[in-house]
Amino acid sequence: MARVRIQTEDFDVGAELADLRAGDLRVGAVCSFVGTVRDTRAITGAAADEIRSMELEHYPGMTEKAIEAMIDEAHQRFDFYEARVIHRIGLLQPADQIVFVAVTSAHRGESFKACEFLMDYLKTQAPFWKKEQTPQGAQWVDARVSDDAALARWGIDANNA
Amino acid sequence: MNIQLRYFASIREDLGLASEAFVTQACDAAGLLSELRARGGAYAQVLAEGRPVRVAINQVMARADTPLSEGAEVGLFPPVTGG
Repeated sequence: MARVRIQTEDFDVGAELADLRAGDLRVGAVCSFVGTVRDTRAITGAAADEIRSMELEHYPGMTEKAIEAMIDEAHQRFDFYEARVIHRIGLLQPADQIVFVAVTSAHRGESFKACEFLMDYLKTQAPFWKKEQTPQGAQWVDARVSDDAALARWGIDANNA
Repeated sequence: MNIQLRYFASIREDLGLASEAFVTQACDAAGLLSELRARGGAYAQVLAEGRPVRVAINQVMARADTPLSEGAEVGLFPPVTGG
């Protein structure tokens, strides 16, 4: 199975995790992250904060290359076996899964670190853009300075937000 | 030199254009942005100095001084917001 998949379809986390470590008896740790679509109204209680849906656009070709490069970079830094990244594009609804990152390793420390590194990298270096449908109309999501700061912890200048 | 420009997200929407062929005299990413701004109209507004515009050259994130090359594919887009 490819390390990187960009797709409109949903994914089955259990099936992906089982497939990632299938037959690999070296594996003693599997760490994964799933990002989902939030409805901010459920947090603030304010009607104006409702997220009705989200549209994800990307840069075909560059996206796959950028994520492949970040997995290669993760292999330089951490001692893990396999990694898989799935990112959905197109129209998504609140509670839908957006992104999946999973890493296998001998012990938990390396897969925890590699998983977090991959997500921090992806947030600021992979060419995806979110557009939210709100009661005020469609709005492109702003990049967050905190995401650049997250990558800076790994010694990398994100230069994004 | 001849390059291919590709626009994404809010920049694509604001220009009303997804891609175009372009002949540039610029040698790097910053020079290309100045040249595009000088075309005026929507380009001057969308790519105005101080607005966050990211540049990828041949599908790799570029810095201001990343060189252009003949036939390059240059992507212009706002800061990324995936994940």
